[in-house]
Amino acid sequence: MSSRDVIFSRIRTALADVPNLEPEQDIPLNWEYGKPLPLPDVLETFVQNCLDYKAEVERVPAAKVPEAITKMLKEHKVRTMVVPAGIDDGWRKAAEKGGVKLIDDDPPKTHQELNEIDAVMTASRVGIADTGTIVLDHVADQGRRALSLVPDLHLCVIRADQVVSDVPEAVQRLKPSVQAGQPLTWISGPSATSDIELSRVEGVHGPRNLLIILAE
Amino acid sequence: MTINLSISPRRTPAPPPGTIGIGQPEPVASPAFRENAKRQLQNTQMRKNLRHATTTIRNKRLLRVAEVPNWEEVRSAGAALKDRIGRHLDKYLAQAEENLTKAGAHVHWARDAEEANRIITGIVKSKGVDEVVKIKSMVTQEIEMNEALEAAGIAAWETDLAELIVQLGHDRPSHILVPAIHRNREEVREIFNKEMGQYGTPPPDKMSNDPPILAGAARRHLREKFLRAKVGISGSNMVICDTGTVCIVESEGNGRMCLTLPETLISVVGVEKVIPTFDDLEVFMKLLPRSSTAERMNPYTSMWTGTTDGDGPQELHVVFVDNGRTNALADPEGRSALRCIRCSACMNICPIFERVGGHAYGSVYPGPIGIILTPQMRGINSAIDKSLPYASTLCCACADACPVKIPIPDIIVHLRNKIADKKKHDMHPHLEPTVMVPVNWMFNSAKHFEFVQKAVSFAAGTALKNTDYLGPMPWPASPWTRARDIPAPPAESFRQWWKKNRGGRR
Repeated sequence: MSSRDVIFSRIRTALADVPNLEPEQDIPLNWEYGKPLPLPDVLETFVQNCLDYKAEVERVPAAKVPEAITKMLKEHKVRTMVVPAGIDDGWRKAAEKGGVKLIDDDPPKTHQELNEIDAVMTASRVGIADTGTIVLDHVADQGRRALSLVPDLHLCVIRADQVVSDVPEAVQRLKPSVQAGQPLTWISGPSATSDIELSRVEGVHGPRNLLIILAE
Repeated sequence: MTINLSISPRRTPAPPPGTIGIGQPEPVASPAFRENAKRQLQNTQMRKNLRHATTTIRNKRLLRVAEVPNWEEVRSAGAALKDRIGRHLDKYLAQAEENLTKAGAHVHWARDAEEANRIITGIVKSKGVDEVVKIKSMVTQEIEMNEALEAAGIAAWETDLAELIVQLGHDRPSHILVPAIHRNREEVREIFNKEMGQYGTPPPDKMSNDPPILAGAARRHLREKFLRAKVGISGSNMVICDTGTVCIVESEGNGRMCLTLPETLISVVGVEKVIPTFDDLEVFMKLLPRSSTAERMNPYTSMWTGTTDGDGPQELHVVFVDNGRTNALADPEGRSALRCIRCSACMNICPIFERVGGHAYGSVYPGPIGIILTPQMRGINSAIDKSLPYASTLCCACADACPVKIPIPDIIVHLRNKIADKKKHDMHPHLEPTVMVPVNWMFNSAKHFEFVQKAVSFAAGTALKNTDYLGPMPWPASPWTRARDIPAPPAESFRQWWKKNRGGRR
C-alpha cells in the first residue's frame, strides 16, 4: 500500500464516528463572506494604519502622482531603481526627473544585480484600510516577486478605488487573480521582527523602506 | 589517542543531545515535566526574559482583539471551519492534491517523520546541492529535518531571526512563534559574536546589543545565503483546497526570500493545514495575526498557486505529513486540538508557561496546546508524555485566548483520565487512582460527605488550634503538598452553620 493510501485509510478509520454527510451539512457555518467593515472614512483609516506600521504615505490627487514620485525618490536619495515592464510611462518620467537611473528587468536581472539596485517602483492590486495592507498580484505593472523584495526601498502607487475596508472584501477582490494563477504578496509596512524580547524592530530582510502613494 | 577520520565535520551548529521531535525512532528520553520544570525554574534570567516578553504580547493581543467588533463570531467561524476540515479530512486532502497537481506542484505523502525526511533529502540531493535555506516551520522542527539533512551532508540554514539565534546558540526553540523568547538582547549579541563568523558573514566589530543593530547583523549574514540558494524549504500556514494555493504568513521577509529566490521550493505541510476555499481565507487572516504577534496584519503574507513563468521557483513540491495527526483525529474528544493554527496565544497567557519556559515541556509544542497535542501525537508511553497533561492549573485562560476555541482544559482532563486509566490497566501502583477511591466514596453521597467534614472539623478543632494552614504533609499527601499549602479546615462547616442558623431548611 502506498503511503498516500495508508494515510487516507488511517483518516477514514479515525473518522468512523462521523456521519456520512456533505461537510457543509455536517458543520454548518453562521458566517457571511465578503462583508465590508463599516468605517467612517476608508481612505483615512488606510493612511493612518499604514503610517502606524511605519510606512511613508503621500495622499495626492491622481494628477499629482508624478510630482509625488519625484519628491519621495529625491528625499530618499534614490540613485537606481528597477521598474516592471508594465509600469505607467508618466511614473517612469517622474522618476527620471528626480535624477533616478531606471533599470528595466529585461532581460531579467540576477539576484546579485537586484541586490545592488537602490529601489523598486510598482503599482498594486488591493489596499486594506483596517489593517494597513497593500496586496500585489504581480501582473505587468508590479513585476515578478523578486523585484519588490530584494531592493531596500519599495515605492508603491495605489489608486483610491483599489482600497477596501477590510480583509473579507479584499479576499473577494483578489479571487480572480488567484484563479488566474497569479501569486499574491500581502505587505503591511516595511519588513519587521519581534524576535528579540518581543519588541518590534523595523527592517530585517525585506525592503526597509516602504513608500506608499495614494492617488485619489 | 585515535581520531576517527571518517566522521566529516558538521555543516551547521550542533543542537543539544536528545530529541524534542515527534515520530522519532528513538524513544523520548526527557525526564517528566516536574523534573524539567524544577531545573528551568532555577534559571532566573530566563524567567525574567519570559515574564517581560509574555506580558508585552499578552497586553498587545487584548488591544488588537478589542478592535474587532465581531471577534467572537470570527472565532466561532474559525472553529467551525476547522471542525469541518477535520471531520472530512480525506475529502479535502484529495481535493487539495488534485488542485495542487493541476497547478503544477508535485505532491508527496509521508506517514511519519522518517519518511518525510527521506522524501525531502531525496529531492534536495537530486538537485545536486549541499545547502538549503529554510523558513521557520513547526512541522520541520517536529520531524527534526535539519538533523536529517545534516546527516546527509546538507546544511539547512535557518533564516528566521529567532531560529537563527537558536541555531547559532546550539540551542532549542522554546516557543512556537518566538523560538528565542528565552534569550535577551545581551545573550543574542554574545551568540552572534561567537558563532556568526564561523558560518558566513561575521557581525560588525563592536556590535551593540540594540535590537535594530542585531537584526542588521542577521540581515547581512543571511543575504549571501539567500542570493546563492538553489533550494528553499518552507512549512505552510494554509493550503487552500479549491484553488491549490499555498500560503505563508511571516514578518521579516526571510520567508519571501526563501519562497522567491531559489529554483526549487519544498513545502512541508501537516495534513490538518488545509482550508476548504479561498473565501475561507478571510476568517483565518483575521484570526491569526491578531492572536499571534498581536498585529492588525503581519508584515508579509505570500500565496502561490503552482509555478509562474519567469517568477519564483520553477519546481514546487508539497509534502503532506501525518506523523501522529491521525492518532489525534481518532479521538472524538481530543481531535479538536487539530484546529490549532499555531498562533501561540495560549502559551503567552499561560501562568505555567510564563514561569517554566518552553524547554521544560520536552516537545516542540510547549504550553497549553503542547500538553494536549504532544501526548495525542506521540502517545502516552514515555515519562514526559505521561506528565504533560498535568502541566496546567486548569485556570482556563488558554481556552479564552484560543482564536479557534479549542477546549484545551476539557482535553487536558480527558487526557488525565486516559493516563490514569492506562496506569490502572498497566497495574502500575499509582497514587492518583488510589486516592480517588476514597474521594469517590466521599463525593458519592451527602451522608459520606458530612461524615468526612465532621471528622476533619473535629481534627482541626483539636489538633490544629493555632494554625491557619497546613504545610508539607507526610506521604501520601506529600507530592501534592510539597508545593502547596492547604488552608486549615474551619471548626464549623457551612452545612453545620446552615443547620444551626437556618434550621436546616432547604
